[in-house]
Amino acid sequence: MIAFFVKRFFQAVVVMFVISLISFSIQDNLGDPLRELVGQAVSEEERQTMRDEMGLNDPFLVQYLRFAKKAVQGDLGNSYFFKKPAFEVIMKKLPATLELVFGATIIIVLFSVPIGVYSAIHPEKWFSKTVMGLSIVGISIPVFLTAIGLIYLFAIELNWLPSYGRGETTSVMGFWETGLLSADGLRHLILPSFTLASIMLPLFIRLIRAEMMEVLQSEYVKFAWAKGISPRRIYFVHALKNTMLPVITVGGVQIGTMVAYTILTETVFQWPGMGFLFLEAVNRVDTPLIVAYLIVVGAIFVVTNTLVDLIYGLVNPTVNLAGKK
Amino acid sequence: MPLLEVNNLEVCFGLRSGAVKALRDVSFTLERGERLGVVGESGAGKSVLGFSIINLLSRPGHISAGNVNFEGKDLASLAPEELRSIRGNRISMIFQDPMMTLNPVLTIGVQMVECLQAHRQISTSDAKRIALKRLQQVQIPSAEKRLDQYPHELSGGMRQRIVIAIGLLLDPDIIIADEPTTALDVTIQAEIMDLMLNLCEQNNVALILITHDLGVVSQVTQRMLVMYAGRIIEQGPTKEIINDAQHPYTQGLMNALPQMAIPGQKLNQIKGTMPPLQNIPTGCSFNPRCEYVMDICTKKLPPFTQSGNCLVACHMVADSQHGPQQEKLRSEEV
Ligand SMILES: Nc1ncnc2c1ncn2[C@@H]1O[C@H](COP(=O)(O)OP(=O)(O)OP(=O)(O)O)[C@@H](O)[C@H]1O
Ligand SMILES: [Mg+2]
Repeated sequence: MIAFFVKRFFQAVVVMFVISLISFSIQDNLGDPLRELVGQAVSEEERQTMRDEMGLNDPFLVQYLRFAKKAVQGDLGNSYFFKKPAFEVIMKKLPATLELVFGATIIIVLFSVPIGVYSAIHPEKWFSKTVMGLSIVGISIPVFLTAIGLIYLFAIELNWLPSYGRGETTSVMGFWETGLLSADGLRHLILPSFTLASIMLPLFIRLIRAEMMEVLQSEYVKFAWAKGISPRRIYFVHALKNTMLPVITVGGVQIGTMVAYTILTETVFQWPGMGFLFLEAVNRVDTPLIVAYLIVVGAIFVVTNTLVDLIYGLVNPTVNLAGKK
Repeated sequence: MPLLEVNNLEVCFGLRSGAVKALRDVSFTLERGERLGVVGESGAGKSVLGFSIINLLSRPGHISAGNVNFEGKDLASLAPEELRSIRGNRISMIFQDPMMTLNPVLTIGVQMVECLQAHRQISTSDAKRIALKRLQQVQIPSAEKRLDQYPHELSGGMRQRIVIAIGLLLDPDIIIADEPTTALDVTIQAEIMDLMLNLCEQNNVALILITHDLGVVSQVTQRMLVMYAGRIIEQGPTKEIINDAQHPYTQGLMNALPQMAIPGQKLNQIKGTMPPLQNIPTGCSFNPRCEYVMDICTKKLPPFTQSGNCLVACHMVADSQHGPQQEKLRSEEV
């Protein structure tokens, strides 16, 4: 177990190093931060001295090492726009994004498992065929269209749900602003969560169905039938557990990917999360903020992947977390 | 009344290219405690026969005609819930490959206890006690420890012992063993086979032993079925068939046995291959490979003819029983 975490930790260090290098090196191509930082009135000489002071004229490696040295101490530089540490600015928006991803994940699990399992058990029923057809259509609908459709139907026409913002939030333990504890906050979460979930839901349904159908063909499931085990137990104990093994691996990575997808959803729903902030930062050429965002998202990836491996190891008895592959 | 009686069983696989019959007109009986061997080439329908007895054919396979009578019930048309109460309880199965038979994510204990609890109102601790007793019967070392282990922690031979233990858990009347030792290491095949036969004998369990190995069949079974392209072409007491096979196909199988060959000579393989189920020739399905083929063999399906204590589906045998004109034909051929 300890060996697993040590191995994971070093993997994470390498991944974070690569991410930081990439995100740091693209910032040169994002535009001139001084244009945003100072007005038109400042002369070219003054600009040059400012660049020198900020170290923008130093060689790339020097700049990167300076950045990296601070970064390992948790200092990712100050946001040009907010005039505050970029890391702090990002972390303040993290809860909103994570809660959105959480909401979407719950929706995906709640819908994809029963639908996938049912359509694997009864592939010839019209429900399964409809689901398979719809899932193809679902995969190809762009997110913003789903969002606009949902807003139109549930916010404008039916007026059941709010269409923008997080609504009421409560502070938990001083640093986490949550919308999950109030009815208003939860109501605000529904449409964005469904929108975000809509990207992955068809994929998950198809994945679970395909895996389940394969497992149902296996010898050990056939043997379970031959033992006279009840269909319920065969489907939910014998088959589902084996189905979920590959789904957990693929699914875990997808949930990490969803963090990136939040940019679109947050923009459409004016959701005050990291993705929304990132888009603003790009518009303002707020490079420290952009770099900080990429690094935090990278860290989330690493953490989710570790968790996924951990869960996989717990479910799969043939995996030995303690080492030896 | 026999323990199991299969009458005119027919199994179809409804494929796109039209329905294919994997079993045709299969009839046989099994007595209590009897050991019945089923032999035939690969693809003859032996496994299909085994699964169709407990009506466990995977889609798109299904029983399209005939019946399977067991304890006054027809398993071919029984309701799913009643069928479930017979599977694993009155009739159990042992599969070919023990590496694939046990569920990789459930412990041995769970897989044994669930079987007992599926058929009996019994507490988990009582079920565990019975499971343990069975594991000891199949001579698994440190049986107690095994209950908490997962299949991947055990060797193939060990796993097949466990599968046998599961098969015996509920004191069934019949065990269907589909090539139970083929996937195992040669060195332990005989050991596992002996174990299974002994336990069946001790518990008075009837055994349907599906195998390629005519040697094993001749040594341990009392009666045998020879299958070819989905039909039983010869059946009867094992001794009679081994000593004096009537059907040219069975004769070919016997001659192909290493024991039968003259040392130094090549084995006598039956020439040709079994036809695929999609295009079985009209008449006797063996006719393209038969060295005694007659005109009628390509036209008419041979009826089952009684010969001694055996039933044989061969025109030549039928004629030698009923019509003298065949004597002539036979002598011409010689
Ligand atoms: N699910 C299925 N769908 C279609 N055809 C099948 C299916 N299962 C078996 N068959 C066909 O039924 C025939 C008999 O197969 P079966 O597995 O019973 O042969 P076997 O005698 O057991 O052969 P082996 O000795 O190789 O195990 C084969 O031609 C096979 O192709
Ligand atoms: Mg077989």
